[in-house]
Amino acid sequence: MTRTRKPGISRRSTLALMGAGAVSFAAPWAARAQAKTIKIGMPTILSGRVAQLGTSSRNAVMLEVEKVNAAGGLAGRQIEMVIRDSKGQPQEAARIARELVNTDGCEMLLDGEASSGSFAVHEVARDLGVLCIHTCSEASSLTADPKQHIPNAFRCVRQGIHDSIVGAGYAAGIAKAKGLKKWATCSPDYAYGRDTTGEFVLYLKKFAPDVEIISESWPKLFQPDYTEVVTKILQAKPQALYSCLWGGDLTSYIDQANIYAMFTQMEVFAVNMADYTALTVVKNLPKGIHSGDRYIKTFPPTPENAAWGDAYRAKYNEYPTNWSWQNATAVMFLNEAVKKANSTDGKKVAEALTGLTIKCPFGADGTVTMRADDHTLVGYAIGWGTTIPQEPYVPDVKAGDWKTIFELEAEWKKSKGYT
Amino acid sequence: MDLDALASCLTSPACLVTQTTSGLIIGMLLFLVAVGLTLIFGVLKVVNFSHGAFYMFGAYFAMTAYQLTGSFALAILSGAVGTALLGLIFERAFMSRVYGRDVLMQLLVCYAFVLIFDDVVRMIWGPEFRSMGMPAAFQVPPLFIAGGVVPPYYLLLIGVALVAAVVLGLGLARSRIGKVIRAAAHNPGMVSALGINTGLIYGGVFALGGMLAGLAGALAAPVRSLTPGMGFSVLIESFIVTVIGGMGSILGALIGALLIGLIRSFGSLGFPLFTEGLMYLFMVIVLVSRPTGLFGKEVA
Repeated sequence: MTRTRKPGISRRSTLALMGAGAVSFAAPWAARAQAKTIKIGMPTILSGRVAQLGTSSRNAVMLEVEKVNAAGGLAGRQIEMVIRDSKGQPQEAARIARELVNTDGCEMLLDGEASSGSFAVHEVARDLGVLCIHTCSEASSLTADPKQHIPNAFRCVRQGIHDSIVGAGYAAGIAKAKGLKKWATCSPDYAYGRDTTGEFVLYLKKFAPDVEIISESWPKLFQPDYTEVVTKILQAKPQALYSCLWGGDLTSYIDQANIYAMFTQMEVFAVNMADYTALTVVKNLPKGIHSGDRYIKTFPPTPENAAWGDAYRAKYNEYPTNWSWQNATAVMFLNEAVKKANSTDGKKVAEALTGLTIKCPFGADGTVTMRADDHTLVGYAIGWGTTIPQEPYVPDVKAGDWKTIFELEAEWKKSKGYT
Repeated sequence: MDLDALASCLTSPACLVTQTTSGLIIGMLLFLVAVGLTLIFGVLKVVNFSHGAFYMFGAYFAMTAYQLTGSFALAILSGAVGTALLGLIFERAFMSRVYGRDVLMQLLVCYAFVLIFDDVVRMIWGPEFRSMGMPAAFQVPPLFIAGGVVPPYYLLLIGVALVAAVVLGLGLARSRIGKVIRAAAHNPGMVSALGINTGLIYGGVFALGGMLAGLAGALAAPVRSLTPGMGFSVLIESFIVTVIGGMGSILGALIGALLIGLIRSFGSLGFPLFTEGLMYLFMVIVLVSRPTGLFGKEVA
C-alpha cells in the first residue's frame, strides 16, 4: 500500500516552519554567531588636521586583518571591518560607535579615536556591553582610573604616564648634565595635553629637584597660529621646553618656532616628534630635538619591527605612524585572544584578553601584555633620543626600563587614589 | 592671569618689540582675509561665509606651485591669481543667483560650499596635513631689534599686507574703477542705468576679495600646516575683525585686525588662559558701545 500525501500543509511542515520562525525571531544572537563573517566596527578620524593618523590606523588594521583572514579568520570567521569617520568630534564618535553595533551589526569595536573621542566611545561600550579595544587614546585615566573600568574595554596604546616617566628620566639626565633649571611647557589644551604635561613635570621634578617651570602655554587643539605662544616662550627665556603637541599642530608649531630660531635658544623636548608623520612633513627639521619614540622602524632595533615597517610602507607607499603600530597590535591581540577562547563571543574574548601576553614586533623584549588589573598595554618598546633631519631620524634611542615604569606608575596610581 | 608678566613686558623694549611685531603679524594676515570679506559685504551685500575656503585654496595653490617650480614669488602669485579666478567663477556660477535673497539662504549656500570646497581639497591633495616649508631665502636667523626678536619672513608678510591695504584704499578712493565700485555699492540701479555692467563689477569685486584671502593663505603656507578645513578658524576670526571694524569698512578691517592681533599677542602674556575670551570680550564691548562697529555706518 502506498501512502498518498493530503493536499495542504502537513503537521511536520507546520512544526518545522514554527521552529524556524521561533529561531529567527527569538535569537538574533544565535543568527549572528552563525554568520560566517564577523563585523568589527571602527570609529576613527579620517578628515581634518589629524586625518593622516586616522588613515594610518585604518591602514594598519587592514594590513593585519588581511593576514588574519588569509590564515582562516577569527575562529573560522572572516573579519569585515566597518570603518567610519568621526571627524575628531566626540559626539560624532559616540554616535557612530552606537550605530556600528546597533545598526551595522558589529560584534566588536576598535576605537581609533584620540583621547577627546575615546572617553565618549568608552561610555557607549559601557552601555552596550560590547567588546571594545581603544587603539589611540594615551590619556592615562582612561584605564588607570577605576571609575572608568569596565570588563569589556581594553586599551592597546602607549600611555601618557609611561611616556612621562621614561621621558622625565631622560630629560632629567640632560637637565643635570647641562644645568637646565628653567623650563617652559607648551601643550594642547585638552585631557591628553594637560595630563601628560602634568605627569612629565611631576617626574622631571622628582628626578631633578632643581627644575622650575617658569612659563606654561596651552594652545587650543588644532590652533592655526602659534606666533603669540612662540613669542611668549621666548620672552620667558627658559633653558628648556617640553611639549606634547602632536601631528599637524606640532609641525605647524615647529615651522613657526623655527623662524624665531627657538631651537638654537633652548633645548626642546617634544615627546611626539619621533613619528614619521611629523618627521617627514616638517621641511626644515631642526637637529637635536629630544623626542620619545612614537613609531620608527629602527626602534625597537629588531628585524621583526623593521620588516613590519617595510611591509606597511610597501603596501601603502607611506610610513606607518604611532597610531599604526597600536592598531596593528590590537588586531594581533584579538587574533590570539580568539584562538585562546576558541570563540568569537565578546565576553569569552574579553576574558582571554585579560592578562594575555603575545609575541609582537613592537615589544621591548619581543612581547607585549594586556595587563590584567587595568586592561592596558604594557611591555611595548619605549625610549627617547634626539632627531637628525634624515633617516633614521632618531639614531640613538635610549630604551626606558619597564621595572622603573612599573614602580613609579604604582606610586602614581596610589597618589591619585586609583589603588 | 599673569599681570606681572604683562607689566614687565610693557616696560621692556625687547618684549615690546617682539610682542608688537607678533601682534602685527597676526593682525596683518587677518586683515588680508577680513578686508576681502568686508569688501564683498560692502559692495555685494552678501555675508560670504565661504570666504575661509579661498584662504585655504590660496595656501594649497601656493604649496603646489612652490613644489613644481621652487619659486616663492610664483607660489604667492599662484595663490593670489588662482583664488581670484576661482572667486570669479564661483560668483558668476552660484553667488550671483542668490543676490537679494534672504540672508539665511545666502548663508546656507555659502556653508554648503564650505563643505564642498573642503571635500574638493581632500580629493585633490589628500586628507592628511601638509607643509610647504620655508623658502631658502628666509631660512636665516631672526633680526634682533632693541633686543626683541623679529623674523625676516614676517617683515615681508607685514609689508605685503600693508601694500595691499594702501593700494586697495587708494584704488577705491581715487581711481575711476574705485569710484564705479563705490557707486555700485550705493546705488546699483543707477550705475546699471548709466550703461555700466554691474555683473562685471560684482564678479570683479568677488574675485578681488577671493584674491586677498588667497594671498593671505599663500603667505601663511610656509608657516602653517595645510589641511582641508583650515579656512574655518581664520574665517571666524575674520568675522570678528569685520564686525569690530564695521561691516563694509576697509579702514575698520585694518584697525580691527591690528587690535585683535595686539590683543592676542599681549593677552597671551597677561591672560594666558583667556586669550581667546579676551578677543570675544573686546568684540562685545565694541558692539555694545557702537553697534555698527568702530567705522561702520548706520544702514538706513
